[in-house]
Amino acid sequence: MNRRNFLRNTGFVAAGSLFVPAFMKPLEAMALDELSLYKNLVVVQLSGGNDGLNTIIPYGNDIYYQKRKGISIKPEEIIKLNDMQGLNPNMAALKEIYDQGWMTIINDVGYPNPDRSHFRSMDIWQTGSDSNQFLSTGWIGRYLDSNCQTCKFPYTAIEVDDSLSLALKGQTKKGIALKDPAALFRNTNDPFFKSMIQNEKEHLDEDNLGYLYKTMIETSSSASYIQNTSKIYQSKSVYPTSGFSNQLKIVSKFISSGLKTRVYYVSLSGFDTHVNQVNQQGNLLKQYSEGMAAFLKDLKSNNKLEDTLVITFSEFGRRVEQNASNGTDHGTANNMMIFGGRLKKQGIFNAAPNLGDLDTGDLKYQLDFRQVYGTILDKWLDVNNADILSKKFNTLDFI
Amino acid sequence: MSNNDNFLKVKHLYNRAGFGISYPELHKLSKKNINKVVEGLFKKSEKDDLLSLVDPTEEKRQLLVQAGLYGKKELTDEQKNMRREIVRMQNEISRDLNIAWVGKMINTDAPLREKMTLFWHGHFACRSNNPMFSQQLNNIQRENGLGSFKTLLVEVSKSPAMLQYLNNQQNRKGKPNENFARELMELFTLGIGNYTEQDIKESARSFTGWMYDKDGSFIFRPNLHDNGTKNFFGKIGNFEGENIIDLILEKPKTAEFISRKVYKFFVNDVPNEDHVKELANHFYNSKYDIASLMNKMFTADWFYNPENVGTKIKSPAEFLIGLSRSFYVTYNKPQVLIQLQSSLGQYLFNPPNVAGWPGGQSWIDSSSLMLRMRIPSLVLNDGEIDFSGKADPEDEAVIALNRNSTTEANAKTKPKSYVNATANWSKFLDTLPNDLTPLALTTFLLQPKLNTKITSMVSDNKGLRSTAVEVTSMPEYQLC
Repeated sequence: MNRRNFLRNTGFVAAGSLFVPAFMKPLEAMALDELSLYKNLVVVQLSGGNDGLNTIIPYGNDIYYQKRKGISIKPEEIIKLNDMQGLNPNMAALKEIYDQGWMTIINDVGYPNPDRSHFRSMDIWQTGSDSNQFLSTGWIGRYLDSNCQTCKFPYTAIEVDDSLSLALKGQTKKGIALKDPAALFRNTNDPFFKSMIQNEKEHLDEDNLGYLYKTMIETSSSASYIQNTSKIYQSKSVYPTSGFSNQLKIVSKFISSGLKTRVYYVSLSGFDTHVNQVNQQGNLLKQYSEGMAAFLKDLKSNNKLEDTLVITFSEFGRRVEQNASNGTDHGTANNMMIFGGRLKKQGIFNAAPNLGDLDTGDLKYQLDFRQVYGTILDKWLDVNNADILSKKFNTLDFI
Repeated sequence: MSNNDNFLKVKHLYNRAGFGISYPELHKLSKKNINKVVEGLFKKSEKDDLLSLVDPTEEKRQLLVQAGLYGKKELTDEQKNMRREIVRMQNEISRDLNIAWVGKMINTDAPLREKMTLFWHGHFACRSNNPMFSQQLNNIQRENGLGSFKTLLVEVSKSPAMLQYLNNQQNRKGKPNENFARELMELFTLGIGNYTEQDIKESARSFTGWMYDKDGSFIFRPNLHDNGTKNFFGKIGNFEGENIIDLILEKPKTAEFISRKVYKFFVNDVPNEDHVKELANHFYNSKYDIASLMNKMFTADWFYNPENVGTKIKSPAEFLIGLSRSFYVTYNKPQVLIQLQSSLGQYLFNPPNVAGWPGGQSWIDSSSLMLRMRIPSLVLNDGEIDFSGKADPEDEAVIALNRNSTTEANAKTKPKSYVNATANWSKFLDTLPNDLTPLALTTFLLQPKLNTKITSMVSDNKGLRSTAVEVTSMPEYQLC
């Protein structure tokens, strides 16, 4: 076989086993007992600024109906969770999940001096920075940097996508992005790629060239580990057909096949609903909820729900009052949805948004999003959140 | 051509100060003294052909229409359509502007000037939805990129793009907005730790009334300006915006901050503090003359030290432009350039935030490196790319609008696309001597020293074309 096939034919598949450099051996030889304690975090990003008030609807508050004459959801259509809040009717699939005690809703999560730019606010959420601070590493990336027992390898954090989000980039360590484990495996097994990393010892210095070779070797090793661990597993569950559900299906495959990954990252975009919001957002929430319900049930049937925590966030919520185009404009605090089989406080975590006490038309935040991150870092990922975030954040008791 | 020091020096200079060099030019310049070569590089970059893609007259008309619609409570359907149409056109022109600049960098005969523009583009990082504002800021950085840093700083500070991006439009007497004042000192001049919160508060007052008008031109509005006494850097006075900039430039720390950033961009990710000091003193004494600073750096012995040659990771822009320039690539569907920039993590005119792209090793993760190693075969051999990339958050509104309500799959799943580029192989091969060996071509294309593995990998190659594709796909090609 000619190694230059890589350069001509991008779909080339090579046979043969993957070369594993000596210094990577210990990871493949990781003790089995570490596996049993494996806890997974799945982060779901809703991009575009999801309107939280039409997601978890404060139907018990008249102000909601007064300020949203064109886009409010009628009380009889809402899936009521208590006498104040209920789910958007497109989220019916989550009712069963909620009743099982696998869902917690945290209201009014935000941060001081909120930024209304999609870019900037997403940056803040992904890096965990203050609103006037610019960090070039993500909160999950810094978790990888922390050298915790289980975060030595790129596949410790996997994003099911083509490119890696800032959230998963640390200073010295980065997660891995892949949409299709088999394709990545093929590419790293290509003769050209393999010949580049074969017997590569002289380049493993701390300099930039060493960093490039180290990245290639780790990619190859991770691709092989992920593919070989997950290829046999076949899910029996049925997922809806959507790109989002496919991402979750891949995550479930990884979790259920026992991959030693701790953080998974997926996203669903299109939430920037300035115009004719009701249908657009409804379709997205339906996709989201049906995908999530299938995913959580799949995990349950594989006995993995206890070991999994799922969080959903968006870069900001929308303004309380609708705009003139039956949509909503960029706002501030938003709710977060948490799922898992071991939630300490199930259902609605804190008071519903106070629609009567606004900051120039926007919700005031009750909880800093870094308290949520901090809780997860301390109680789920077993690191001290002060080492990852800029300071120690008080933890919450949802887990 | 003999592999003497000058061959390597000239190649290094042109990689760092420009976007690479053609074989015949390298051959010609290698015979000259390196100081003469530097001089020639400045000479070539004297002219500053500005970007002129965006038509200001049309953009101003749109601005006026937008201003007329803004703030209206109820819009008619026609007005709504008009507003939507303007946003759509602006997005489209913004993409064209990006492509125009990339094309300019690929084809320029003033490489140092374009490289400086790229440097200042990252230093004065800014995003604007308005392509006229973006083009204007880019031209300010091009015109002044080798001139006086003070002029550059003042012009940038008065540009509508920056006034808008850092909220100086909202900075007014009695209700100061500190965003601009903070970034001016933190990111543009002094760096953190060299000023106080008090200095930010006071200088923000000095910039009140610095705005742009409906036409998109800078305007100073005296009635919104705070004329009171300010206490800045421990000095009391009735400081105006320009006075604040002068006081900032009086501090040698500013020269040091800029010199360190220049060093990290042009020399090495890890600054040698002695060399930075040397540059900073020179820059300060030259009264912030950028050309003088650059000349000092390119003629310093240490610039050509082995630790500074072939050791920097190319930015995605340097990688794409260098590759396209070397092989005379034409992009038949130039939009792919935007897709590639965004997938590689450097979408020009769209920096992640006002701090710009962090650079260095942060360019590389497993997916971006795999893609980089793939791009030469895609661009040079016209392969297919199965990379959809992430949706830009600013495009979310468009995605939301374009969603089909019934058969909805994830909006991120775009179809596979072809790069659809043409390399001019005959032109490239014509520049090379007839007897050039694959190994000699490899030495020409790569900046890091060749190791035995690469030497043996290419030595059994037959053709120069296949050697070129193979070599540009190597991790070594990611370095310059």
